[in-house]
Amino acid sequence: MPSNKLFALLVPIVSVLMGLIAGAIIMLVSGFSPIDGYTALWNGAFGDSYTIGETIRRSAPYILTGLSIAFAFRTGLFNIGAEGQVLVGWLAAVWVGITIDAPMYIHLPLAVLAAAVAGGLWAFVPGILKAKLGVHEVIVTIMMNYIALFTTNEIIRKVLTSGQTTTDSIAPSASLASEWMQSITFYSRLHYGILIALFAAAIMWFIIQRTTIGYELKSVGFNQHASRYAGMNVSKNIVLSMVIAGMFAGLAGAMEGLGTYGNMSVTAGFSNLGFDGIAVALLGANTAIGVVFAAFLFGALKEGAGEMPTGAGIPTELVDIIIALIIFFVASSYIIRWVIVRFKKEGK
Amino acid sequence: MIEILQSVIPTALFYSAPLILTALGGVFSERSGVVNIGLEGLMVMGAFVGIVFNLTFSDVLGAWTPWVSILVAMVVSAIFSIIHAVASVSFHASQVVSGVAINMLALGIGVYLTKQWYGKGQTDMVAQPFYTTDIPLLSKIPVIGSIFFQGIYITSYLAIILAFVAWFVLYKTPFGLRLRAVGEHPMAADTNGINVSRMRYIAVILSGALGGLGGSVFALTIASNFSHSTIVGQGFMALAAVIFGKWHPLGAMGAALFFGFAQSLSVIGSNIPLLQDVPQIFLLIAPYVLTILALAGFIGRADAPRANGEPYIKGSR
Repeated sequence: MPSNKLFALLVPIVSVLMGLIAGAIIMLVSGFSPIDGYTALWNGAFGDSYTIGETIRRSAPYILTGLSIAFAFRTGLFNIGAEGQVLVGWLAAVWVGITIDAPMYIHLPLAVLAAAVAGGLWAFVPGILKAKLGVHEVIVTIMMNYIALFTTNEIIRKVLTSGQTTTDSIAPSASLASEWMQSITFYSRLHYGILIALFAAAIMWFIIQRTTIGYELKSVGFNQHASRYAGMNVSKNIVLSMVIAGMFAGLAGAMEGLGTYGNMSVTAGFSNLGFDGIAVALLGANTAIGVVFAAFLFGALKEGAGEMPTGAGIPTELVDIIIALIIFFVASSYIIRWVIVRFKKEGK
Repeated sequence: MIEILQSVIPTALFYSAPLILTALGGVFSERSGVVNIGLEGLMVMGAFVGIVFNLTFSDVLGAWTPWVSILVAMVVSAIFSIIHAVASVSFHASQVVSGVAINMLALGIGVYLTKQWYGKGQTDMVAQPFYTTDIPLLSKIPVIGSIFFQGIYITSYLAIILAFVAWFVLYKTPFGLRLRAVGEHPMAADTNGINVSRMRYIAVILSGALGGLGGSVFALTIASNFSHSTIVGQGFMALAAVIFGKWHPLGAMGAALFFGFAQSLSVIGSNIPLLQDVPQIFLLIAPYVLTILALAGFIGRADAPRANGEPYIKGSR
């Protein structure tokens, strides 16, 4: 039996390859050339400095939603609510960005913090319900997503504007936009958010690997009963894990609100940052470093997809299909392991 | 008063039909122990197939088109749901993750093919949707007839009848008993000679069929075309109905009717005196808030089937 570390690396790589092969087959079947398609995808993601900048920009919120789901997962919780936490974080960041007037060194941290707090609060509800009443967090977080969607829309329409569908732009003192980063990437929308995202990944690694809190969180994830007998406060750890996960997702909202768009619009549906984050966390094996790599992969796929219709006539949704298939393959890693073990046996 | 009921009840029935159908699918799947977050995706698939079939064959089939369309959508979604069954039953994948992937996959496939076949992000409007009808005889009953049976979609009653059928199947047949047993205690069921995997496959496929039916009914009564925003959240609302209805077919139907009612109020509420003053937002979020409250035990206790969400691995304890 090969070591677990090898598997941990092999499963995501095999899954991504299988996903890309499946994508190629779909292109062939629907009469497109996979080579043209993947060339367009590559050019769309890494073709010039502008697209590289956009790819990095797109990866920043993926890192954060990926961290959010991965972090909760380490405590045995499934945070499907990243979607809603992103929205409330986005709203909070924009709200602070518009209404408060302060110098940058206060305003920007305050807006970023507001996003994290809002996301954390939104995740507190499913956390406390799980900890105190044993309500399954998956359902509650899904419901919270829709409550967030409708509530943020309503606040944009009724509170932040009078009947408009888009808020004003945030004050420059709350903006993450970076002229320096834009200038080296041919005026893409790349902003300082990527640094926050990478810093957040480092924080997750530190909490999980180097602190007592992280040890307890992981312990609760492995076995709640054993943790309770060992004297840990399971309820507290569940709530804490959800809140921290929510804060990561809220920060992802700040990336969009303070960095990419500088405002917020009424939407009919979700941004899908939260759902894609599930894929990122899975592919990254719920580790901080894995999430960063997976987020860049997904950022590149999503950004490159934009080039596929013009470059090869292929609808962008092909990438969504590929991502969905990758999720299936990673989730079914049991069977990939089984096949690998079979191969090893027959090789001997 | 009667006038208000005349406008509210048909609209409520109209909005709840797809929710009822999809929620019944959710009940079957979850009762067998397979969590189905993928209801949304199954509805998307149903809506896509229903619309495309309708557009393609409306010249040939004429007035029968919508009925054949929902049947075809049902079959295709049932086949599509096998992916979820394979991943979550045979490959022991996390059922929630697999459900999320189903949602992404269905939307991806639907929009991809729409763009390829129609050259744009949304299809044309269908020529043969469902139309409202008066139900013969029943619509002649004074008062009740005009509220419940005039200007109504037959699909609404189809959904309600199917809810009773589902109840009968789950609670009055050996098949239903086995299905529920597999969801409560798969090992005990296995010991008694029930094929756990087979039961779960059947349950998931049934949920695919019903989800497809729900999605296509939604598409052919409410939306009339297919795009990426045809089904946004109806599947999750059906999931909420499953839980709010405590995993019982009739409960789920009641919950779906109530959610449909809430939706219809948010649409036509501005014409009703008392509700004019209630901000629309409360009606929009009501289904979701109520589901959380129900789960938290504030509105009776909602307990999931015991083995819901756990892959059954033979021989493990």
